Amino acid sequence: MDTTIVKSNFKSEEYFINMGPQHPATHGVLRLLLTIDGEIIKKVEPDLGYIHRSIEKMCERDSYQQIVHLTDRMDYLSSHINNEAVCLTVENALQLEMPDRVKVIRTILSELTRIASHCLWWGVMGMDVGALTTYFYGFRDREMINDIFEETCGARLTMNYNIPGGLMFDVHPNFVKRTKDFIAHFKTKLPEYDTLLTGNVIFQKRTKGVGILTKEDAISFGASGPVGRASGYSCDVRKHHPYSAYDRVTFNEAIKTEGDTFARYQVRIQEMWESISIIEQLIDNIPDGDVQVATNAVIKLPKGEYYQKVETARGELGVYIISTGTKNPYRVKFRSPGFSNLSLLNHIAVGGKIGDLVASMATLDLVIPDIDR
Amino acid sequence: MTNEALQNLISSWIPDLEFAEEESQFLNIIVAPENLHQLMTELKINSKTSFDYLFCLSGVDWQPELGVVYHLESTAHRHIVVVKVKTSDRENPVFDSVCDIWKTAEFHEREVFDFFGIKFNNHPNLKRLFLTEEWEGFPLRKDYEDDINMVIK
Amino acid sequence: MIITLSITKTIQDWLIGMMPEGVASILAMVIVALIYLAIFAVAGLYLVLLERKVAAWFQLRIGPNRVGYWGLLQTMADALKLVSKELTGTIKADKFLYNLAPYFVIISSLMALAVFPFTKEFQAFDINIGIFFLIAISSIGVIGILLGGWSSNNKFALIGAMRSGVQTISYELSVGLSLLTMVLLTGSLQLSEIVEVQKEGWLILQGHVPAIIAFMIYMIAGTAETNRAPFDMVEAESELGAGFHTEYSGMKFAYFFLAEFINMFIIAAIATTVFFGGWLSPFGITESLPWLGIFWFLGKTLVIVFLMMWFRWTFPRLRIDQLLTLEWKYLLPINLVNIVIMAIIVWLNLTIKF
Repeated sequence: MDTTIVKSNFKSEEYFINMGPQHPATHGVLRLLLTIDGEIIKKVEPDLGYIHRSIEKMCERDSYQQIVHLTDRMDYLSSHINNEAVCLTVENALQLEMPDRVKVIRTILSELTRIASHCLWWGVMGMDVGALTTYFYGFRDREMINDIFEETCGARLTMNYNIPGGLMFDVHPNFVKRTKDFIAHFKTKLPEYDTLLTGNVIFQKRTKGVGILTKEDAISFGASGPVGRASGYSCDVRKHHPYSAYDRVTFNEAIKTEGDTFARYQVRIQEMWESISIIEQLIDNIPDGDVQVATNAVIKLPKGEYYQKVETARGELGVYIISTGTKNPYRVKFRSPGFSNLSLLNHIAVGGKIGDLVASMATLDLVIPDIDR
Repeated sequence: MTNEALQNLISSWIPDLEFAEEESQFLNIIVAPENLHQLMTELKINSKTSFDYLFCLSGVDWQPELGVVYHLESTAHRHIVVVKVKTSDRENPVFDSVCDIWKTAEFHEREVFDFFGIKFNNHPNLKRLFLTEEWEGFPLRKDYEDDINMVIK
Repeated sequence: MIITLSITKTIQDWLIGMMPEGVASILAMVIVALIYLAIFAVAGLYLVLLERKVAAWFQLRIGPNRVGYWGLLQTMADALKLVSKELTGTIKADKFLYNLAPYFVIISSLMALAVFPFTKEFQAFDINIGIFFLIAISSIGVIGILLGGWSSNNKFALIGAMRSGVQTISYELSVGLSLLTMVLLTGSLQLSEIVEVQKEGWLILQGHVPAIIAFMIYMIAGTAETNRAPFDMVEAESELGAGFHTEYSGMKFAYFFLAEFINMFIIAAIATTVFFGGWLSPFGITESLPWLGIFWFLGKTLVIVFLMMWFRWTFPRLRIDQLLTLEWKYLLPINLVNIVIMAIIVWLNLTIKF
């Protein structure tokens, strides 16, 4: 990227600062070109591509089963949900009806993924506003979920547990018990999060009224997930376009109307409670049955275009597959939530201080591989 | 609104729109590049359609045509429509930008420009997003070749 | 030779027997300085270890536990590593100032240690303007931070340095005024005198309400003086990378790091001396054994150090404008009113004395 200023539109007080690609607050290799006047942000320009792997191009040469594995590497904190998105697209295209067992297990795992992701986010959020201890509290609980995943899927981060046509294998016999244990544990620990961070005066001062995003802007910027919902925009895909077993559970969509950093924070905390409730509704009666539907070894989707949205921990993930009837997709596009959420960073950060930028960026919950794909 | 109602309504605005519903779960509208911006503006501001949420903007290389696919949803009416625009000019494909209608389009159009080389008129900041400025070629085009980085099966 | 607790005098008397008086007093100063330097370099390292252990305890971790028993040699190992590291720097840095800055910081914090009465007569330098000397010396450190940030030719460092300047100048006022409040009670700036006064009750009891307010203000401002969380705007690693010491490595970085911990000790030691009776034991239970005063002094100081660590590991960081709002709109007015209240209390003789 050309960073030399050929024709300076700057006032003499303004200067450039290069935040990233190695900066603690950008959580990965995001580079922000900041124009600053003293401490006040005048412009934020993201420079992307430091870990772009061109997953969309790789998908064009891979079979549908292989694509699933690539999606783990996009938003690695919701890898299970990413896998599910691709599988749902392929299954819908093939018009395969999944057994109830598959649907329920997928939903439980998705919600566990969401809790794990939000735990990590919460820890990092605290760290970004300067409270280092939160990180370890978040990780303590996330670790338990990772253990559950490890037992069932064999992996802690990149699960690859979904395959087009169901699940790779049945859940571990301990799964139900451990998940229940975790829920019981987490219900006592989640209030601790509020004690440690939410109620803190400094934290509230740092986040309330900072990085305000109005509902109109949220929709226009394509904000989704907690970012959109904190602005009062009802955008939960699980509610509006239910998939898997979301149509058989009752949960509230966490919505706040303030649109500031604190609202985005509260929405995510609320979502963890909702996820607990969803898991509790499903965990006791996982239906018996197969965990796979027979598919051809070589999956060929009928000619056409397929689109599937799912709600990841960060927002709406869209999978758009154009098939020409061969064993490879003709074009795959991932509409990643982080990409759209990043595009509004400039909008909400301008006029704030450097500290405000860091706080707002933390509540956008950016995962850079998700943006760079 | 149902797809038929949408089709009837939208076809009354601009002549020569092509509608398709097979091979897709949504209503597809194929529009000529010169009518794109007019159609999009109408889709957004008309209170019957009010497609205020552009949830996906993808570039597609249809060989030989290059095109852009817009997935639109209305947060008020919860209906979805897909708008497609194509051009056969591979050397200098140009469409009108829609980032004055949906702000999210700014980044998405930069991505399309980056990978497909499709230019957008009136885009405030059209430059490479992921790749470096000196990158040659547009990787997501079907005729793109890179002997070193691509594994052809 | 009679060994008394007054080390300067003891050493000087011992040396005078061997050489002319002038040489002896200079040599005595050097020896005392070296003793202090050695003790506090090690003490600083152990404060770092303590912080790491406390942090680990707060964060559900074990903390350093590999080097030595219970990790006791961990910070020694770290210091050795830092000594052996290459001293890097930016090409366009102002080399002279860049190299000078760490010494400013570490020297100013070591100088302040000279005036503390660790126990009866155990004091290197019993200056009669002790409190004034401490306030003056502790502000020198900020010059080092400003120089370091400015000369490293790094924008992050520069922002950190400027924040530091703003912050220290502001909070210096509160530290000074809250100590001044207590000076109204003691009537003396000399630290040994201040401790002596407290034989009738620790000042925080003598001065009751205004003293407690002064202590709270002092703790807030003192934490800000040391640039520690929640006032670590200077480093603010999620905003500025490492702030003013971004470009420092090896031993020069270690000086900054050590100075932070020694400063923390100094702030706590001042609090102990001025509010909690210095080396005096509670209710005079060990009055007959003055050397035990060292343990009382260190014990009280470490409790306050722990309090500051507690702040650091639980509170989020303030934003720079909130930091200044807190000082200029809240702490300073409260402080000024508090001085008046204290003056009235002293005037009407409403202090509590045993």
